[in-house]
Amino acid sequence: MIKMSNVYKKYPNGITAVSGLNVHIDQGEFVYVVGPSGAGKSTFIKMIYREEVPTEGSIKVGDFDLVNMKESQVPFLRRYVGVVYQDFKLLPRLTVYENVAYAMEVVEKQPKTIQKRVLEVLDLVGLKHKVRMFPNELSGGEQQRVAIARAIANMPSVLIADEPTGNLDPETAWEIMDLLEEINSQGTTIIMATHNSQIVNQMKHRVLAVENGRIVRDEMKGDYGYEG
Amino acid sequence: MKARTVGRHIKESLKSIKRNGWMSLAAVSAVAVTLLLVGSFIAVLMNANKLAYDIENDVSVRVYIDLAAEEDQRNELQENIAKLEQVDTVEFSSRENELDQVVGSYGEEFTLFQGDDNPLHDVFVVNTTAPEYTAPVAEQIQEMDYVSDVNYGGATADRLFEMMEGARNVGLIVVVALILTAVFLISNTIRITIFSRRTEIEIMKLVGATNWFIRWPFVIEGAVIGFIGAVIPVTIISIVYVNGFDQIMNYLAGTYFALLPPNPFLWQLAALLLGIGVVIGAVGSTLSIRRFLKI
Repeated sequence: MIKMSNVYKKYPNGITAVSGLNVHIDQGEFVYVVGPSGAGKSTFIKMIYREEVPTEGSIKVGDFDLVNMKESQVPFLRRYVGVVYQDFKLLPRLTVYENVAYAMEVVEKQPKTIQKRVLEVLDLVGLKHKVRMFPNELSGGEQQRVAIARAIANMPSVLIADEPTGNLDPETAWEIMDLLEEINSQGTTIIMATHNSQIVNQMKHRVLAVENGRIVRDEMKGDYGYEG
Repeated sequence: MKARTVGRHIKESLKSIKRNGWMSLAAVSAVAVTLLLVGSFIAVLMNANKLAYDIENDVSVRVYIDLAAEEDQRNELQENIAKLEQVDTVEFSSRENELDQVVGSYGEEFTLFQGDDNPLHDVFVVNTTAPEYTAPVAEQIQEMDYVSDVNYGGATADRLFEMMEGARNVGLIVVVALILTAVFLISNTIRITIFSRRTEIEIMKLVGATNWFIRWPFVIEGAVIGFIGAVIPVTIISIVYVNGFDQIMNYLAGTYFALLPPNPFLWQLAALLLGIGVVIGAVGSTLSIRRFLKI
């Protein structure tokens, strides 16, 4: 499903963010990526949806070879891998409905398909009653749900979440986690970078700990392992 | 591309032009000013070219009569020339008359040559029925008896053409520089409208929109701005040209000289300017969006 072999990433400024990563993630897994700031978590995550390209090694995501890939193929990888951010990245001028529909319009889906699917995912994240509202009328947790709805609208096989609970209060964070859990139970692979020790320790899943650009720990149902 | 998508792109581009009203106006003005200069330049250059051709064709043929020719032979030559189909008038100008003209043009010193020292020839001044017959008539007369030399001012016209050539090259450089400036101004304007929409572009990229899907609205926006920017100078040049044409043609009435008639010249110029406007608009925005597509 996702396979990284001997991956190195050196930035032009000389910093080596990742050195010698070997990771294998199966379809349907839920993986936490933990580690101190600047350890290489973000680079690791960004390489999966090809915002960054490794300087060495190979990465395969589904049928995509991310290293020997034509630039013109990247949009199709992005439909296979959904992404959710800490800061949501919603479009402020569009309503909740439009924000989600937007993701489907830009990949040229049929209007009928869009309408059906948007209501479906907004129902899943529990915001069906707020479709006409604008992002600034929603709470942080609600905005993150819209972002998640948008990320899964095109039915990606992999959902990447880069600190999705980073900006939320603990209670809301748990709601988001329940939602991710549900999406995962429907077969979507979830890879989530986080600093939240409580979540990792209580909602047990595979843990990848990254330090100095290397994977120092890879445990099924692992702990967060750092001081909270 | 699906029809629905084409509609969406056009709608998006028009929305963006409206939303960034002042910037769009700035870009339109930039294109308008540039194309006004380019268009006026082309109009002047093309007409200067036309006048140069007219001048080349307007010169009369000067036939220098052999010094040894008797009066009978001279008359025979005059008849022979007049018999040529394309010849309109043949006028005789004696060597004394010719010298008077030289004295008139170049000064009293030449009075020294008056009398038997006069080195000039008797001359027939031949005018043809149409300008373009000048060269062939000159060639035919050259072959006749008692003709010393034939001259139709080809050298003067050649020099004129050399100057035109020079002016054209300089003009071309100026036009290219102006167009590059317009491309730069448009790409800067579009960059600002892109900048205000970069979150949108980022999201589009992240959810898997193709680069061309993202690019099209901006390319259309640039082309529309370029088109509107071109309409203004086309209108101004057309009005000025049509009025100016009538006045100048009145002035030139009775000569061989004529400006290029508005139809088809203005149509061609309009098509050219609108084409340039659309192309520089599209190119300008394609250039400025490049950086934003690298995510």
